[in-house]
Amino acid sequence: MSRANFLRVIVVSLLFALVLQPEWFAPIFEPFTPPGAVVIYDRTSLLSLSLSHLGIVAVASLAAIIVAVLLAILVTRPQGKAFLPLSRTIANMGQTFPPVAVLALAVPMLGFGAGPTLVALFLYGILPIFENTMTGLSTLPPATMEAARGIGLSRRQRLIQVELPLALPLILTGIRLSVVIAIGTATIGSTVAAHTLGEVIIAGLLTNNTSYVLQGGLIVGLFAVLIYDALTQLETHTRKRLGVM
Amino acid sequence: MPNRIKSVVSGPGLLFASLGLVALFAPFLTLAANRIVAGEGVRVWDVAGPEAIIPGMVGVVIGLALGLPSAWQSVRFTGSLVGIAALVWLLMQGSTSLLEGAGTYARVSLGSGFWCLLAILLLLAADALSSLSPGPKMRSALLAVAIIVSALVLWSGALTDLSIFREYANRQDAFFNAAWRHLGLAFGSLVVAAAIGFPLGVYCHRNQGLRGAVLPVLSFLQTIPSLAMFGIMIPLLAWVGSTIPGARELGVVGIGFLPAFLALVIYSLLPVVANTVAGLEATPILTLDAARGMGMTRHQRLKQIQLPLGLPVMLAGLRIVLVQNIGLAVIAGLIGGGGFGTFVFQGLNQTATDLILLGALPTVILALISAITMDILVELARPNQMRHG
Repeated sequence: MSRANFLRVIVVSLLFALVLQPEWFAPIFEPFTPPGAVVIYDRTSLLSLSLSHLGIVAVASLAAIIVAVLLAILVTRPQGKAFLPLSRTIANMGQTFPPVAVLALAVPMLGFGAGPTLVALFLYGILPIFENTMTGLSTLPPATMEAARGIGLSRRQRLIQVELPLALPLILTGIRLSVVIAIGTATIGSTVAAHTLGEVIIAGLLTNNTSYVLQGGLIVGLFAVLIYDALTQLETHTRKRLGVM
Repeated sequence: MPNRIKSVVSGPGLLFASLGLVALFAPFLTLAANRIVAGEGVRVWDVAGPEAIIPGMVGVVIGLALGLPSAWQSVRFTGSLVGIAALVWLLMQGSTSLLEGAGTYARVSLGSGFWCLLAILLLLAADALSSLSPGPKMRSALLAVAIIVSALVLWSGALTDLSIFREYANRQDAFFNAAWRHLGLAFGSLVVAAAIGFPLGVYCHRNQGLRGAVLPVLSFLQTIPSLAMFGIMIPLLAWVGSTIPGARELGVVGIGFLPAFLALVIYSLLPVVANTVAGLEATPILTLDAARGMGMTRHQRLKQIQLPLGLPVMLAGLRIVLVQNIGLAVIAGLIGGGGFGTFVFQGLNQTATDLILLGALPTVILALISAITMDILVELARPNQMRHG
């Protein structure tokens, strides 16, 4: 087993232990707990918080991927060309909106709970994927496109068999950026009463209980790092398969 | 649609005009009994008397119509300005007339119709501008005019009847404190990150081994969700403050400004270091060979060749950092670090929408202005022959 894989196994086991058997870590967190306070977060099960956190991220990201890729295909076709400069500007300027601000602004419209978090993650998640897909589809090597046309592929065939596969690594980079931001923003979603791991951190901040902050922070951090790593691996794999490393 | 018309009418312009007409039917303003309860929507033709409404609505429609011709981009840009001016006129007239006889605690807030129309007109402006593609000087001038005109409208007091400005009037001092704190967090951490990141980037460029060690660690740190990072900084600094003698006297304590500042510096390091390395590597090998052939030392090559050529990429790194920090500094409001986030989270706690807006809008505007300014700087830093490539 390579050193990287060994490290991955350790991190995954640590994460599982933290979520499923948090009491094991009580001696470690004990010194960070104020006298008389509870050491291990017990208001809700960490497993249900983790699942709900990942669920919100997954649903929002999936919707964002579908919408972003379809939109990017649309504006890179001849019929949608008039919208290309506009979409560039929207993608560029839209990403300057802070994710927290998007989240906070969604609350007045949708009330508290998982709703505004889902919508904010979805809206914000579209931009990096859209931008990268658009770049991928509009910077294809002209020689390849010429060859695809030359062997008689129709527009639709070119899109599915040539353009999308070639743009895939860039699309995946966009998805990775978007998912990592979503995991972080979902944490803040607990300030608007979404059921996420941010609850543990906020509870710690409110009661000055550092061990809660560390527990929540560690679990979210490990999830983020592992998902980032998995998506990076997927990207490297596709790049290698395409031979464009 | 026949082809001839299709080429005359701009596709996005047609989309904006149809969406804009629909948005005219959505509630333009909302009227509520006090600052907490949900307001009742008021359509644009009901917000004031006809003598005030008709010019405003005509202005919006003319603005949208001017966005249609695809050949005249400057006409389209003018159209967006006409439309936005009409929106401001409608707000001025509407907020004052709705409050008449509505009670002391009544509040007039911006409705979905207003926000949609504003977004549509701003997109029209952006679409026209991206086709006009003004140079860096023109863009700076446009940005300056936009800021000055908005500031004049705000200072004139014409909009003080709107709920968001009531919230502002109630906490004017706190607002300016928050603004300074927010700027201090975002720009201060940028300066510190640049001071650490540039030399580190230069060393990483020279030393392959160091780069292999530093960049993965920095991208790992960047992955940690912000709330977790801010949360972990608190106990860490509290511990430093209580164990290292003298640290507490220097202001190292667990809550407040410092943990937020430190977290922002940590997030900023990756874009600075990675872009410095990428910028230094952007110099073509032939150029470097020529410089070596002329007998330039390593230091001279760095200063006279690699830094000027890599400057646009390095500045692009600073743009990422600045925009990212302005957004992340909002979270400082959760851990007592101040900034506009204070209003956002207070507003969320009190379910006072306009207080949320008072924190969120300045943050968004600040981020936009910074992004546009940095984009202009990146373009100016580009060597002349590359600028229009």
